Amino acid sequence: MNTKVGRFQLFTTDHRRIAVRYLVLGLVAVVIGTLLSLVMRIHRVWPAVAFPFYGTLRPEDYLAVVTMHGTLMVFFVLTVVPQSAFPNLVLPGQIGAEQMAFPRLNAAAFWVTTASLVVLLAAFFAPQGAPISGWTSYPPLSAIAAAGPGQGTGMDLWLWSIALFCLAAIASSTNLLVTIVACRCRGMSWGRLPLTVWSWLVSSALTVLAFSVLLAAAALLLADRHLGTSYFLPSGEVVNGLVMRSGKGSPMLWLHLFWFFGHPEVYISILPGMGLASSLLANFTRRPVPGYRLMVGATILIGVLGLGVWGHHIFVSGMNPYAGTAFGLTTLAIAVPSSAEVLTWIGMLFRGRLQPTTPMLFALGFLSFFIAGGLTGPILAQPALDSYLHNTFFVVAHFHLVMAMAGVFSVFAGIYYWYPLLTGRRMNERLGQVHFWVSLVAAYGTFFPMHLAGLAGEPRHYAQLSGPVASFANLIPVERGITFSALLLATAQIVFLINVAWSARRGSPAGENPWRATTLEWSPFPHPIARGQAYSYGGSAERDFSPQWQETGAGPVFEGLKKAPSPSD
Amino acid sequence: MPATFTRHQAETERKDPGFGGKPPLDRRPTGGGGGDDNWDSRPSGRRGPRELLIRYRLGVFSGLAGDFVFFAVLVSAFFVRQTAGHIDASENYVSDWHPLSVPPILWINTAILLLSSVTMETARRQLFHEIDIMEEWLGLGRPAVRRAAPWLIATILLGCLFLAGQWIAWQQLAQQGLFFSTNPNSHFFYLVTGTHGFHLLLGLGALLFALIAMFRLKRVEMRQIAIDCTAWYWHAMGLFWIFIFALLTIQ
Ligand code: HEM
Ligand SMILES: [Cu+2]
Repeated sequence: MNTKVGRFQLFTTDHRRIAVRYLVLGLVAVVIGTLLSLVMRIHRVWPAVAFPFYGTLRPEDYLAVVTMHGTLMVFFVLTVVPQSAFPNLVLPGQIGAEQMAFPRLNAAAFWVTTASLVVLLAAFFAPQGAPISGWTSYPPLSAIAAAGPGQGTGMDLWLWSIALFCLAAIASSTNLLVTIVACRCRGMSWGRLPLTVWSWLVSSALTVLAFSVLLAAAALLLADRHLGTSYFLPSGEVVNGLVMRSGKGSPMLWLHLFWFFGHPEVYISILPGMGLASSLLANFTRRPVPGYRLMVGATILIGVLGLGVWGHHIFVSGMNPYAGTAFGLTTLAIAVPSSAEVLTWIGMLFRGRLQPTTPMLFALGFLSFFIAGGLTGPILAQPALDSYLHNTFFVVAHFHLVMAMAGVFSVFAGIYYWYPLLTGRRMNERLGQVHFWVSLVAAYGTFFPMHLAGLAGEPRHYAQLSGPVASFANLIPVERGITFSALLLATAQIVFLINVAWSARRGSPAGENPWRATTLEWSPFPHPIARGQAYSYGGSAERDFSPQWQETGAGPVFEGLKKAPSPSD
Repeated sequence: MPATFTRHQAETERKDPGFGGKPPLDRRPTGGGGGDDNWDSRPSGRRGPRELLIRYRLGVFSGLAGDFVFFAVLVSAFFVRQTAGHIDASENYVSDWHPLSVPPILWINTAILLLSSVTMETARRQLFHEIDIMEEWLGLGRPAVRRAAPWLIATILLGCLFLAGQWIAWQQLAQQGLFFSTNPNSHFFYLVTGTHGFHLLLGLGALLFALIAMFRLKRVEMRQIAIDCTAWYWHAMGLFWIFIFALLTIQ
């Protein structure tokens, strides 16, 4: 375990430094994204509030805020952190490689991602502001500059930003794929890989395929906007009273392409968290992961099936209803491997002594959100039910629980767990517990009532509930509760930031292998050899684990750990 | 280290600074072609002559998989647009899709591109000829590079010729009054041939780089990689072109 990230170098190829940069990038994005979400929540319940430096929000501003919030969170937080920051931090360590397969490509990917974020944020300062067509950017709204404020320069910047992001994601995942396939240390056979590595293998393959689709779709949309093509523009479109040029293109094409990317994308952002949850549950119950092969198989199956379910996002868009039925079935099929993983995790909880450290708590939080949000998935996957629920707050509740909160909680679990690798210290436990409990309660308080709002028919992407239509008036108390809860949720994160800063200097020294973990990122040797399974926990009370770098069954584990010569080979 | 030669175990060991010793628990068969001849059990970076080559190849294949999907999306856009007609009130099928007859020069271009794949492959194989590459590795000149260079130059010329041919095809279409913005089919034609042409430009850049690299790079291994990766990329572009060309001619 090498601690401390050393002197600053701008164009470093060191994967740990790159990891820290990705974390900072994700932090910038999450802070802006959270502030935007608070703006939305406040506007929904107190529409007349004037925001400092801005004033009151117009309806189109609300849409711009929705769009930027979604884009920042999905791409720059929930893709960047689990799929770029964490693997840079620990993947080479976990497979015993000293370096990534392509360190320079990896570093370049970081800088392109940064450029992409800058271009996206620049959209705020575009002549008519940020784009308003949501993170999914459906045409024709997104294809015609005249369709609304922000759909000119703002939309162009969005598209260029996404194109850059795609290139960076493909490059960085190519690097991860090759690293996993070709750079494992001696003894690190496929059957000994930690489940996080399996997750990264699958999510990287998905990234290469899915982001290539998004890149091509973005290119076609740019062609529609600037080269006079009409791949996505239907004929007879009337925008602001003007008949647009007749296109005969199909907005449905974008919907299919976008969701062919979009569904794998949700798994790209959650699979690493699933792998981490398996590892943490094993570590903090001091028992191996049961059915390692089953878990690997489920991970791969989720990846494969995930490529064939995109249609469940577009049941009510005019897609052939038979296709809807087929997509409903494939979607239910993907619930099978997901449930297999969930049941395994639940089973793991009933075995050992459970150690409620902060990383473990966040892993449990992940599990709870994954279940709570996952249960509404099969409901939405029925075309008949979805035709009522689509575009209501029910969907917002579903994906904020299963993707946003589960994803963020797994990110927190990862940060609390791997923090000692960067600083040599642990994060403060007490602050961590406060952070966890307040976040847990506030997250449910924020997103659970959204189910009710959705069932009552409240649509998403609407700036206000007030106005001539009074039918949602009785939802206003719920709305208010959600807003208060969201404010609490955001405030709780200050505790986390304080903890990160404070513990870097004052946290209790972690020593070697603070969690008594088995995987190689904690190995004290610079050139480890994998000598055993990834999760060899259990056994006698004083020797309840054997790390992968340790010869299994060769004497008590703790004795001689320090004295043993570094296995150099 | 070239792909036909591996250092002696003892040599590898000697180069390793600081960790020469074996851990006492690490069982090692001595001699007789025992377990230690298995390159996979060596540390990353010293797994025989092909290790780096395979790593780079995997990287190129992963990128090409993404690229293939990219082209597949363009083609799907073509199919969607092609079938976007409708049936009007008097039951006539109305479509604004005008089949476009490809300029015949594309057949010649296709032949040229296929030929360039052959020359590229010939160049690539030169760098894996055992005797030549051994001489290079021992520092006795660069016979493999000298043999490969003409084939590489031929590939570059054929690549340029293909691009020139594509340019002529565009000119011919323009003379028929078919420009990028004429109709949906011509959009597609220009878009997909343009995208493919752009990929070939990148390929030509890679070829030039490989040509210079062969004479400049110090490690034989890296020379092999430069050519090998360029070759796979070039072959893939040939393959993509065949798909695209078939689509354009059959439509
Ligand atoms: C059993 C598993 C799941 C099923 C059956 C399922 C089903 C669905 C369906 C049918 C929709 C479309 C609802 C609509 O728009 O009307 C949807 C939306 C969504 N799901 Fe899931 N889902 C599952 C798991 C997940 C997971 C694990 C994630 C993320 C990690 C996720 C993220 C999302 C997101 C982000 C959306 C909304 C996208 C948008 O419209 O902006 N889902 N889900
Ligand atoms: Cu989905």
